[in-house]
Amino acid sequence: MARHPATPAAAPKVRVVTLKIDGHDIGAREDETILNAANDNGIRIPTLCYLEGLSEWGACRMCVVEVAGSPKLMTACSTRVAEGMEVTTNSDRLQRYRRTILELLFAERNHICSVCVSNGHCELQSLARACGMDHVRVPYRNAAYAVDSSHDLFRIDQNRCILCTRCVRVCDEIEGAHTWDVMGRGVDSQVITDLNQPWGQSTSCTGCSKCVQVCPTGALVKKGTAAGEMEKQGGFLPYLTEMRGNR
Amino acid sequence: MNLHELQVVAAEANAKANAQKRCVRVCMAASCQSSGAGGVLKGLKSLASSDADHDVCVKGVGCMGLCSAGPLVRVSSADDTPDRLYQHVQEKDAKELFASVDDGPVERLACSTDLPFFTRQKRIVLENSGEIDPEQIDDYIAAGGYEPLVRAVTEMAPYDVLRNVTESGLRGRGGGGYPAGLKWTTVARSPEPDKYVICNADEGDPGAFMDRAVLESDPHRVLEGMALAAYAVGAQYGYIYIRAEYPLAVERLEKAIKQATKRGLLGHHICDTPFSFEVEIRLGAGAFVCGEETALIASIEGQRGQPNPRPPYPADEGLWGCPTLINNVETLANIPAIMREGGEWFRSIGTESSAGTKVFALAGRITHTGLIEVPMGITLREIIEEIGGGIPEGRKFKAVQTGGPSGGCLPEEHLDMPVDYDTLRSAGSIMGSGGMIVMDETSSMVEVARYFMEFCMTESCGKCVPCRAGTAQMYELLDKIATSTGTPADLQLLEQLCEVVQACSLCGLGQTAPNPVLSTLRYFRHEYGEKLRPDPLLQPVAAERNGK
Repeated sequence: MARHPATPAAAPKVRVVTLKIDGHDIGAREDETILNAANDNGIRIPTLCYLEGLSEWGACRMCVVEVAGSPKLMTACSTRVAEGMEVTTNSDRLQRYRRTILELLFAERNHICSVCVSNGHCELQSLARACGMDHVRVPYRNAAYAVDSSHDLFRIDQNRCILCTRCVRVCDEIEGAHTWDVMGRGVDSQVITDLNQPWGQSTSCTGCSKCVQVCPTGALVKKGTAAGEMEKQGGFLPYLTEMRGNR
Repeated sequence: MNLHELQVVAAEANAKANAQKRCVRVCMAASCQSSGAGGVLKGLKSLASSDADHDVCVKGVGCMGLCSAGPLVRVSSADDTPDRLYQHVQEKDAKELFASVDDGPVERLACSTDLPFFTRQKRIVLENSGEIDPEQIDDYIAAGGYEPLVRAVTEMAPYDVLRNVTESGLRGRGGGGYPAGLKWTTVARSPEPDKYVICNADEGDPGAFMDRAVLESDPHRVLEGMALAAYAVGAQYGYIYIRAEYPLAVERLEKAIKQATKRGLLGHHICDTPFSFEVEIRLGAGAFVCGEETALIASIEGQRGQPNPRPPYPADEGLWGCPTLINNVETLANIPAIMREGGEWFRSIGTESSAGTKVFALAGRITHTGLIEVPMGITLREIIEEIGGGIPEGRKFKAVQTGGPSGGCLPEEHLDMPVDYDTLRSAGSIMGSGGMIVMDETSSMVEVARYFMEFCMTESCGKCVPCRAGTAQMYELLDKIATSTGTPADLQLLEQLCEVVQACSLCGLGQTAPNPVLSTLRYFRHEYGEKLRPDPLLQPVAAERNGK
């Protein structure tokens, strides 16, 4: 894996530590996260707001893991490994929590897969399948959110948004435009373009489509796609960050 | 300013006070001001100025505690008779009160100072509250203020300050109860050159007003605590993050910072030593979550007030990536006293695990609402029945809520429990920042839980899924149960959501949001049960048919 570029000569020495993840002995650099170390060793921890190449956010709580000796659950995406750490990534309890979190997401806004352009290519959908979430016990909130089609090429459907803020981060950190941001709080939070102007009127948007490609659901899509047709191409991101020296 | 100069200022102020033994003190904290204390003070001041030979000192002071009896006025006569306290004073009473300095008490307005409300308290943080004029730095200096700071920076090493605080056993008064000495040591040990001290004055729990009272009554105390903290950990800059809803506290803090800087007790080269410490005020924009330390830091940095995962803790990587010491107002207000009297002295007060005193804001169905400071280890019963004067109108006590939306409701059988961090936690509540809401038999515990859940739902920042979507779902379920349309299945789902939100949320707000529900379920489950209706889906259809 080409995730870690060679350390520049002037950088301080980074030690390698050993830890146990799900009973497997693993070696990892001390500045790595539990998630990275697990991924490199073929242990899959579900993630949603995390995206390789973007800053850590720690908001979806899908990657919560148990660390021996800590009373609280830790998010694998934001917790660094440590010598002698013992991590459990897939206990019954964690699986139950992850399913409940997915249920909360599915009930929060409109996630009716059959009519969604991302059907079959949706990270939320595949995560639900992988985690065994086969029904939603909490009541659907059924709140109606706006759809903004004012941009020439793209559309945002707030009803499909899970507020992972990948669009906000990629626009700020990679494209450098910072068109996206979040407004409101709690269940009323929404991603917005510029100061909540229609996307089509945004003066900062470069139309690069990075936000669309990293969006895990059918919230940000290319126009002219019908149900199931929107396939995202997120592969550019690790390449781009790699070429830029993992900025 | 050096120690000698400081002592001269103190001596002069004290001499002046002794010359004017006859003194009328008017409480000018927010609560008394809102019921007309400003007019009373104005009236008294004009009387004093028109009556020159009287030579009576009239001053506005900080909170006297018994807010339910405000506006409060305290009159000291020339002779050695004890001070008289007057309650519910109005502007028209000014003349009568002013005359009472010489003519004897006004029985009509008298408020007994022998009440357990006053006698049972132990004041450390509030020692100057109601005594000194918060807008006069000389008053604070006369009361011994800033001497610990001057002594520390001129005579002690930072390590000695640190050792005193560690020895004192002081724990964070903001709610978590993290040992202050440990937090300070972590920041002090960091080799980074730039460090910050932040005073968290973003008090937001419903019914809690301890920090507001401290800042309004004795702002210099907090500044001195911050400066001592900065000296101990090696910080040069400090921020006070205070909510904009406390305009009076902000005004007094601004004045206090100016006065202290002018006297050379803040700013560059304090007491002509190499130690510099500048303090800036940042106003919160009304988000409860900004009381959470990582969200508070984000807000100071000018970002959206949202928490970030810990670790890294602010003590490692805080404001602008620098090691940052964040303490609550009350924690910092304890520091000058600890430095003056020593850590051992502080440790001798309170209990083994929770040293010192705690300020509580008594609110709800209780005779004496107001602000109290009591030693740790006192029982809830003593606070409610003796200090608080019990439940009014002959009603029966039902529950006491501590810790605000993060805390829980404790029933009658826990009243004899000592108040300290660990005991409260084991009973399903928390010490919290000091809000204490008393409820009588007329309160519905389901509605209390619904109220706090609504608070958490509207105050959730929306970053993490369990808190954002979970509190909204829990609120809907509680609303269903409170309006008697919930089913046993709803209650079961509610409990499951409580577990997930508690375990998985990103910050303290979400992690503790289920506490009011869990504690009311633990002690008042029958109230939920009474409101449930049978699940319609589980009812035999035949019964309905037979009815037709």
